[in-house]
Amino acid sequence: MGNNIYLYIFVMWVVTYIIRVLPLTLIRGQIQNRFLRSFLYYVPYVTLAVMTFPAIVTATQVPLAGALALCAGVVLAWLGAGLFPVSAVCCAVVFAVELFLV
Amino acid sequence: MTQTAPSPFREGIRDGIPIALGYFAVSFTLGIAARNAGLNAFQGFLASILNLASAGEYAGFALIALSAPYWEVALVTAITNARYLLMSAALSQKFSPKATLLQRLSVGYAVTDEIFGITMARPGALEPRYNYGAMAVAMPAWAVGTALGVVVGNILPLRAVSALSVALYGMFLAVIIPPARKSRVVAGLVGLSFAASYAAGVLPVVSGWSEGTRVILLTLLLAGGAAALFPVREEDGDGQ
Repeated sequence: MGNNIYLYIFVMWVVTYIIRVLPLTLIRGQIQNRFLRSFLYYVPYVTLAVMTFPAIVTATQVPLAGALALCAGVVLAWLGAGLFPVSAVCCAVVFAVELFLV
Repeated sequence: MTQTAPSPFREGIRDGIPIALGYFAVSFTLGIAARNAGLNAFQGFLASILNLASAGEYAGFALIALSAPYWEVALVTAITNARYLLMSAALSQKFSPKATLLQRLSVGYAVTDEIFGITMARPGALEPRYNYGAMAVAMPAWAVGTALGVVVGNILPLRAVSALSVALYGMFLAVIIPPARKSRVVAGLVGLSFAASYAAGVLPVVSGWSEGTRVILLTLLLAGGAAALFPVREEDGDGQ
């Protein structure tokens, strides 16, 4: 039916952008409802945790590499390391483990 | 960077670098999918700089390859990206009520899993310049990686892709673990989310649903449950 690639890209862009800005522009100021406030407070932790595991274990060539990266990342982040160090160490762990196992 | 505090824009660039590295590695495969759908390098670049969405773009390219109707592309894009509605709602509470419409429209442009993560992790009210800094490095990496993927396929060795593919998850950990250390509720919630996410991936019916759908349902369920059982106190409700 459709064949114009630019039109396809345009459709994808419009839909995605509307989804992204709608709540951000419609919800001005602090929500007063305690349940909703609490819900939105917990959203990032759940969303990011759900996306991290088990995905980190299946993203690597060897599951063990991903699992060790997860452990290293949790420990470092627990100790207060920032985004970049945690991220870099996770990559390094995978690289090192796969040097031996792949 | 050595004297005083770095500007928010620079901070954004700094935290955007791991995102950019991860994006660069992941976007090659997206470029390959784009090429299979008949896109050229410029179109791949354009699609990525406009959409900034991995699963959403994959789904879109798959439908373009089938010459699907436009409304179908719109519908599938909406479903795949619906989790950004939740993230955007959470971000709305992080914005200062005084933030302008233009700031909301520009920050909202780049509500991706990763940029959302670092934005929520930064203490205090949302600082748009921080987001602009992260966008300045992450967006080109995503779009250029896609274009390169269209032209040459994956130019990185498998070993490097495998290592870089965990960069984004490492960032997520750096976002969710420190608050988990401070709050037992958050710690329990993170652990529960890991377990539930694993279970959702292996359980009969649920595992058949798309990744995006599972993220949304688990978020509604778990964050909703936590909000009902452990409502946050007034003073820490808008913080982290």
